[in-house]
Amino acid sequence: MTVVSGRWSVVSHCPEETRKLGIKIGRLCQPGDVIALDGDLGAGKTCLIQGLAQGLEVSKESYVRSPTFTILNVHEGRIPLYHFDLYRLSDLDELEEIGYREYLYGDGVSALEWASNVEEAIPAECLRITINRIGETEREIEVTANGEKYERFLNLTSCSR
Amino acid sequence: MMIVLGLETSCDETAASVYDGKKVLSDIVSSQTDIHNKYGGIVPELAARRHLETIVPVVHEALEGSGVTLNDIEGIAVTQGPGLIGALLVGISFAKSVSYAKKLPLIGVNHIEGHVTAILLEEEVEFPYLGLIVSGGHTSLYIVNGIGSYRHLGSTRDDAAGEALDKAGKLLGLGYPAGAIIDRLAKEADPKAIKFPRALIPGAPYDFSFSGLKTFLVNLVHREGKEFAEKNLKEIAAGYLEAVVDMLVDKTLKAARENHLGTIVLAGGVAANSRLRQKMRETAAEYGIRVAYPSTSLCTDNASMIAHLGHRYLEMGKRSGLDMNGIPDWPLPQ
Repeated sequence: MTVVSGRWSVVSHCPEETRKLGIKIGRLCQPGDVIALDGDLGAGKTCLIQGLAQGLEVSKESYVRSPTFTILNVHEGRIPLYHFDLYRLSDLDELEEIGYREYLYGDGVSALEWASNVEEAIPAECLRITINRIGETEREIEVTANGEKYERFLNLTSCSR
Repeated sequence: MMIVLGLETSCDETAASVYDGKKVLSDIVSSQTDIHNKYGGIVPELAARRHLETIVPVVHEALEGSGVTLNDIEGIAVTQGPGLIGALLVGISFAKSVSYAKKLPLIGVNHIEGHVTAILLEEEVEFPYLGLIVSGGHTSLYIVNGIGSYRHLGSTRDDAAGEALDKAGKLLGLGYPAGAIIDRLAKEADPKAIKFPRALIPGAPYDFSFSGLKTFLVNLVHREGKEFAEKNLKEIAAGYLEAVVDMLVDKTLKAARENHLGTIVLAGGVAANSRLRQKMRETAAEYGIRVAYPSTSLCTDNASMIAHLGHRYLEMGKRSGLDMNGIPDWPLPQ
């Protein structure tokens, strides 16, 4: 069962703000964190994860690209970033094949785009982020901490700070 | 001259080819497009399972079509990466088994290197040349100095060009592969009717970015409504494709001119796009630069390019061991 420890949301006015929020989340990340992301095409999921990578001190040389085709990209940083994309997937078997558990329960930060495509793959305890399109560049970013471990993310309440 | 069996299972095609060093004797591709169509893209586990089912019949067909038997094969080449690990392993395990059973030399080759050198199967191109690899998973520029010697100039920062086309297809409710459908629709409309933005990346002249284009399309559909999108489908397809093509052409031409390369080689699935071919040729001609691209069956994933590259490496005396493993993320050798 999901334990919701808290939830907040913020409006991002442009991709740069979304990226900045990603940086702040990235700075707070610890080994073993799981971040589940949802949002439509063009919402800014990859953009947020590019910020996350920056917050994890991933080298700027290592481009954080959409893993739609590769399903998983690994980036070395302060903590490794396992960047998943479940866009093309629809059930757990497909993820099992690439050994996703070893990553999810490993010592890096796992960020999963299109998480709700394979809901059963997402641990009950995780940081859940949903990006809703509210305008051409405006996005409502809803962050839910599921589990005590993720309560440290509850203090981040603004994109700009 | 060695007769080489080539195998390719890195993504959604199971492919086998027989190449004798001069000529492709057979080239079989069992496309998985049908099953993927249902899912609007490539489903990796399905891909691996299907490779397992199709590899034996595909190899049989390649041997039959070539007029040689397995006993005539003198070397095995297989795609070792990059690609989906489950899919890669099907080809690699098969190649190892045949190599072991028949005591044949084995070589694992790079899929991207196969693409960027596939042109050499059809025409002579002098080194160095500029290679643009453009597909669903890749968008990169390399200087090809020779077999085994490449210099990476730039890549996409976010989406690959083929992915940008696929996702636009999804947004517009088109089928899969969306690239071919967009190409066809675009021919019937004015690319300037609906203008899409071209991304510039300050300080990275050879890098590409397609995610802004995708967001622009999302906004356009939201702003103007679904009805507008349906009514102007051809114009949207033409404008979107033109933006993708312009970004590819501009950066590729800049790279060729600044690095004094007289030939541009297009490779990968998107290199089959007729608008890209046409505009690259027209623009390059203004600068006296030649554009070469292989026939469509050599642009999309195939095993002939693997057999060809493997043949070259085997002739150089290179071999892979039976402990060879798949490499999902494998940059080209410098």
